[in-house]
Amino acid sequence: MLKVEALFTEYTNELGQPVKAAQDIHIDVPEGHFFTLLGPSGCGKTTTLRSIAGLERPKSGQISVSDVVVFSGSRGLFVPPNRRGFGMVFQSYAIWPHMDVFSNTAFPLQVGRVKFSRAEIDAKVMKVLAAVQLDHLRDREATKLSGGQQQRLALARALVMEPKLLLLDEPLSNLDAKLRELMRFELKRLQRELKITTVYVTHDQSEALALSHQVAVMNLGRIQQIGSPRDIYERPQNQFVADFVGSTNFVDGRVLAVEAEQGFYRIDTEIGALRAYSVEPVRAGDKVVLSIRPEDVDLSDAQPADTRVNAWHAMVDQKVFLGEAMDFQIKVGERTLLSRTHPSVRTPIGQRVWARIEPAKVVAMPASAELQKSP
Amino acid sequence: MTPDLPIPSRPSAGASDAGFSINWKWLVIGVCVAFTLYIAVIPLGFLLWQSFFTPQTATKAAVFTFGNYITAYTDSDTARLFGNSLRYAAGVSAFSFTVGTGLAWMNERTNTPFKNLFYALSLIPLVIPGILFTVSWILLGSPKIGIVNLVLMNWFNLSGPVFDIYSMWGMIWVDGLHYSPMAFLLMTAAFRAMDPSLEESATMSGANVFQVIWHITLKLAWPAIFATFLILFVRAIESFEVPALLGLPVGIHVFTSAIYQAVHRYPSQVGLASTYAITLLLITTAGIYFISRLSSSGSKYSTMTGKGFRPRQIDLGRWRWFAAAVFFVYFSLIVMLPFLVLLWSSLQKFYAVPSMQALQNLTLDPYRFILNYPNLGRSVWNSLFLSFSTATVIMLITSVICWIVVKTKLPGRWLLDNLASLPMVFPGLVLGLALMIFYLNVDIGVYGTMWILFIAYVTRFMPYGLRFNTTSMLQIHKELEESAAMSGASWGTTFRRIILPLLKPGLVAGWIYIMIVSIRELSSSILLYSPGTEVISIIIWELWENGQYVELSALGVMFILMLFVLVMIAQHVGKKFGIKEH
Repeated sequence: MLKVEALFTEYTNELGQPVKAAQDIHIDVPEGHFFTLLGPSGCGKTTTLRSIAGLERPKSGQISVSDVVVFSGSRGLFVPPNRRGFGMVFQSYAIWPHMDVFSNTAFPLQVGRVKFSRAEIDAKVMKVLAAVQLDHLRDREATKLSGGQQQRLALARALVMEPKLLLLDEPLSNLDAKLRELMRFELKRLQRELKITTVYVTHDQSEALALSHQVAVMNLGRIQQIGSPRDIYERPQNQFVADFVGSTNFVDGRVLAVEAEQGFYRIDTEIGALRAYSVEPVRAGDKVVLSIRPEDVDLSDAQPADTRVNAWHAMVDQKVFLGEAMDFQIKVGERTLLSRTHPSVRTPIGQRVWARIEPAKVVAMPASAELQKSP
Repeated sequence: MTPDLPIPSRPSAGASDAGFSINWKWLVIGVCVAFTLYIAVIPLGFLLWQSFFTPQTATKAAVFTFGNYITAYTDSDTARLFGNSLRYAAGVSAFSFTVGTGLAWMNERTNTPFKNLFYALSLIPLVIPGILFTVSWILLGSPKIGIVNLVLMNWFNLSGPVFDIYSMWGMIWVDGLHYSPMAFLLMTAAFRAMDPSLEESATMSGANVFQVIWHITLKLAWPAIFATFLILFVRAIESFEVPALLGLPVGIHVFTSAIYQAVHRYPSQVGLASTYAITLLLITTAGIYFISRLSSSGSKYSTMTGKGFRPRQIDLGRWRWFAAAVFFVYFSLIVMLPFLVLLWSSLQKFYAVPSMQALQNLTLDPYRFILNYPNLGRSVWNSLFLSFSTATVIMLITSVICWIVVKTKLPGRWLLDNLASLPMVFPGLVLGLALMIFYLNVDIGVYGTMWILFIAYVTRFMPYGLRFNTTSMLQIHKELEESAAMSGASWGTTFRRIILPLLKPGLVAGWIYIMIVSIRELSSSILLYSPGTEVISIIIWELWENGQYVELSALGVMFILMLFVLVMIAQHVGKKFGIKEH
């Protein structure tokens, strides 16, 4: 439905230097999907979104929506944002302070090329206001709304013209933590109900994982990995993705042998030989980095049945009680690993504890020299 | 998609009509840029050109010469002129700075009683135009008829007048008083912008009061102090009314009065006036250049946030009543006395010093005379029409200019900003001279009509409009505009329905301010008016030249009351739109 091909966008900063904001971006979002661009600030995710919106003019590439091309570098075609018919919610909400709730929402219907009668506008506005539960506030001054209400008003305004595409630029980042979680559910419910194709930009990995059908992790202007939330989390393709999405232990290693089972390898590391999984095939002797999620490091006082594979008798170095979980720093030889376990594990500091990791949860990826390369 | 929100009913975008909306946008931008160029650059160019030509007379055509510069710069009179101007401007700026800073400090940092009232009154001096302020101080301080002199002579049995307003010191006194409210407002802003926690942390580090003032307060306020001083200096060296009314009769010449005289001589020495004007322009340009350098370097001191604090106040103890008395005396000097002396003189048949006998001769004759004055109706209409259209045109054009400067990334937008601010360096008289020369030489039917006054006013006050609009424009978040574009609004619609309404505070405040300053304008108008296009300040000037003091006073009183109403409206509107000071 939304197709972005070989998109390059650059701009010049205040110092007049060119900034390569988005580099060789390829995106394909199916109809009705919720697609998220995830990455740290300055990674090019907002530039990509603004290029899709038409607020930024890309250097080259092609963008099309439902097979209608809205930008093509080679053909010199650029449809201005007000002719693209996309809805957009901005980070600041951009609620016009000189208008009330109703006129803010009605604006897109009044200024568009399709003319609506007063009654039609009224009906459409009230329907969308009801969908975001603001219908009782239609005459309220926009400046008198709370943060969550402003956020929903911005959403209503983006939806009222029934856009082909909904663009959301960190819409939840200005809300406080409790409200953010509430709006996360709200947003997901609305998107799944309306089945509207959505591109969402965020730097918050839990938002991205919670909301999306597909996530693209970006860094330094390039997409690092595109996949389902589970793929991104459990099968990161490079060190950046593993590090940015969730927290992880990195262990350097070298491939000892390819195992019989498809995708599994024997890896030599500073904490001994491990059994690990890799999406990309590797050969014996290759340098790799292993990513081990803290919650995948199981701790127990009792010795596990099988201690031959990925098991250590480690020492508890430090521990932190978090309420719903317990963080342990354990020492395997000289190496410290982070483990997140159930709070029922109460091994005191200085005591030994058994640590075990499922081989499928030890993800091998190319060593860090290749960090910036797109997959 | 669900039937609830079906596939968009909007037609898909096409490139052709997108092109149309862009053209419309570029048309408006183009017109505004062209207008700015025309307004800001042309008069300056012609002034330069003219300064290299001999005067044109009926028999002799103008020829190219360096003679004007040679005459001007080899003449010992010019050296004196230069010295006078600098002494005058330095005196005025030092005096008004001292008064304004003292008052601002008392108002911001001490517990002087009634200071809120005083701050509210700080806009009132705007209502007394320079020419009326000068005239009223002549009525107060002239050696022959000045009330203050006569009263003092009477009380202390003196044989001669105590002071003479027709002197360099008199000029400095009158103009210094006139500019002191400006110094007060600028320094108040500087005091308010200073974060007291910076001073408090110095105190906590063990510094005493004087160390704090020397190492922190003064160092932080230095850009503001220097900029204020420079602004006052530039305004003083440009000022025309005081040097013309007080200096010319006793032969104290400064650049502005010398330009006026050179033009009004026969044959009129426009070339010589131009060289003086160029010299004056160089001085003001240097001043404005340093001011803008200061204000941009001032942003380095952005720790001065000016948000959410109330500085600790110094308790003056019993001295606070003395401070309140100082406020009262000051207010009397700049508003009460000038207005009362005009009111008194406007109720006399012939000008007389207040006495019991004169009190019995009160009459409304001067008002009758003025109301039947042949040119009055027309000049009032001209003034209102000019100030209204000037304010409107400036605010609309500068809103586009500052949109380009603030919101776009167009190359060369800084140049546009500088061009639109360029008229700031024009003293009113120099601008008048430049436009006069240009439209005398380029006959497109502008000279001798209202148009030339209109052009002069727009040129002169455009920088103010830009300033007001820029302040508001900077507060409009970029996304407010982008969300309109995403809603399908074209550039024109966005500008009309989003930008202009959000600019309203700045637009309205700037509009009223420009209305007030253009209704008082004298120094450009005096070289550009012709019979039929007189404005109110010109009528006042004429009455002064004719020695019709009581009639002038009557007109002055009515004029001040009219401006008072305008200022009141301005304050009211300012409050309504959340603008506190300008």
